Amino acid sequence: MADLSKDIGGSVSAMRRRVGDALAVLFLAATMTGLVVLMVLLVDIVVQAWGWLSPGFLANYPSRFPEQAGIKSAIFGSLWMISLTGLIAIPVGVGAAIYLEEYARTGWLLRVIQVNIANLAGVPSVLYGILGLALFVRFLLLGRSLIAGALTMALLILPVVIISAQEAIRAVPSGVREGALALGATRWEVVRDHLLPMSATGILTGVILALSRAIGETAPLLMIGALSFVAFIPEGIMDSFTVLPIQIFNWASRPQPEFKHLAAAGIVVLMVVLLIMNAAAITLRNRLDKRRQQV
Amino acid sequence: MLSLTIHPAPRLAGLFLLVVAVSLAGCRSATESGSSDTLSGAVQIDGSSTVFPITEAVAEEFMKVHPRVRVTVGVSGTGGGFAKFFRGETDVNDASRTIKDSEIELASSTGIDYIELPVAFDGLAIVVNPANDWASCLTATELEAIWKPGSTVKSWAEVREGFPDRPIKLYGPGTDSGTYDYFTEAIGGESGASRSDFTASEDDNVLVQGIAGDAAALGFFGYAYYDNNRDRLKLLAVDGESGQGCVSPNLETISTGTYAPLSRPLFVYVRADRLDDPVLSTFVDFYIENAGVLSEEVGYVALPEEVYMAVADRVSNSVTGTVFKYAEPGASVLEILVGDSQ
Repeated sequence: MADLSKDIGGSVSAMRRRVGDALAVLFLAATMTGLVVLMVLLVDIVVQAWGWLSPGFLANYPSRFPEQAGIKSAIFGSLWMISLTGLIAIPVGVGAAIYLEEYARTGWLLRVIQVNIANLAGVPSVLYGILGLALFVRFLLLGRSLIAGALTMALLILPVVIISAQEAIRAVPSGVREGALALGATRWEVVRDHLLPMSATGILTGVILALSRAIGETAPLLMIGALSFVAFIPEGIMDSFTVLPIQIFNWASRPQPEFKHLAAAGIVVLMVVLLIMNAAAITLRNRLDKRRQQV
Repeated sequence: MLSLTIHPAPRLAGLFLLVVAVSLAGCRSATESGSSDTLSGAVQIDGSSTVFPITEAVAEEFMKVHPRVRVTVGVSGTGGGFAKFFRGETDVNDASRTIKDSEIELASSTGIDYIELPVAFDGLAIVVNPANDWASCLTATELEAIWKPGSTVKSWAEVREGFPDRPIKLYGPGTDSGTYDYFTEAIGGESGASRSDFTASEDDNVLVQGIAGDAAALGFFGYAYYDNNRDRLKLLAVDGESGQGCVSPNLETISTGTYAPLSRPLFVYVRADRLDDPVLSTFVDFYIENAGVLSEEVGYVALPEEVYMAVADRVSNSVTGTVFKYAEPGASVLEILVGDSQ
């Protein structure tokens, strides 16, 4: 054996090492590409937004005067919409996941449902907008309201919520289920007392990813008719609304250069909202994790 | 394991209820700051992105005076806006062109009557790169030769003898925009018909950037966009061949109609049957009263004062239907309005 490696060794292993090194450099370059683009983007946006991000920008309504324009109605619109979307999508999504994992009998029907859910996750968001326009805005006569927008967004993120919740529930060791059932717990008690607590962190991760996607979506809301100029805060679910990405889009398409800076400032606000949402989710997840480990 | 008693679902729900509660609390203070003005209600507007800046400015000023009225403005384009308008989803439609036959049919089938109000002038600017030192004026025929469907003009030399043999790069608004419809109709005679090998963008800034960065470029878009990018573009005069020679677009030539055929009126269409709602009628009156000042402020050209008075009469007499669609080309806006009432 020693001879063998010596014979072939020399040149081949040097060659292999070189290939390995070259690939390592390539992989590093691949990693850096994404990072560099992201950094350039961030720096560019922050530089453009500099000086335009003021308390007034957060507290004012949109205006045709760039120095008076603010993003208040869009921030509240986005918060409303994301809250409603969460309230609709989380119970339905997690409920569906529990059913599919714990109650549904395996068979062709379940397989059909699963394939459909997986496919729905890949449907372009603008199609959900068309569906929302036909179903919620026109058929259910909800108009161009917050609830119509939130229902559309909930449909959009449901597949992601269901799939991630299913995976989280599936990751709970089957011994837990079997043990609890053997001790006389009902199926619901198993779900309530074991599966949900143990999979909560995984479900939460999926939910927050889905909601983060929803808060940045523009296309479906443009379809159902979220508006470009809204200078009031929605007070109920039937009110008209605008959201951050639409306000940004609106400013970016203005001829005056000042509005470019406003658009950049809006992007920074959107990113901060996203970061806060993610940070809240991570904190919540860590606390849940810790509490579970203490028990 | 059995002693696990954490119930995450109610916690999650609690978190989101909290978010909702926070946003509810936030808006309460906003409503209390209203003035003594008692007018309250909503005005829903959608339509052309060209007219949007004017309507937005009017909405902004209106809500300063009547804080309890909620005016919302969308941008679905003139055609998309009309579709919503005749579904009864909006009260007012912004339009950068007159109503089409198909939309008039829609109106009669839905029974929604409309009042047509010109609110300002818009001029189309024909622009080139500042480095272009050969062209300063193009005739309507030359523009048609360049832009007509199937045009094979590839070089400036083919446009006019004496121009350099440099490849001509064309820029124009996207085919969904009212601006494109208007240009093709004014230049080629048929709305929506043009060559297809030009750089098209719904975002006029893309066009400004493209032309500013390309010495052999030629493009067109709304005068407001030229006005805001004067230092980066060179404006061409247009010879409409009506005997007036080369006319350069500016506030005066656009408002008098001498910058022909590339100046046009902009409209709003108002639902006639909802005008007995004081909210909408107050808004429309406010619009007509302020359209002149506000349209200039956002880069358009105001109509003459008499026109706004004629428009106000039109509203108070509830004159429905379109007159501008069937107007003689070259007639002034006032002539069209007054001619109709006689």
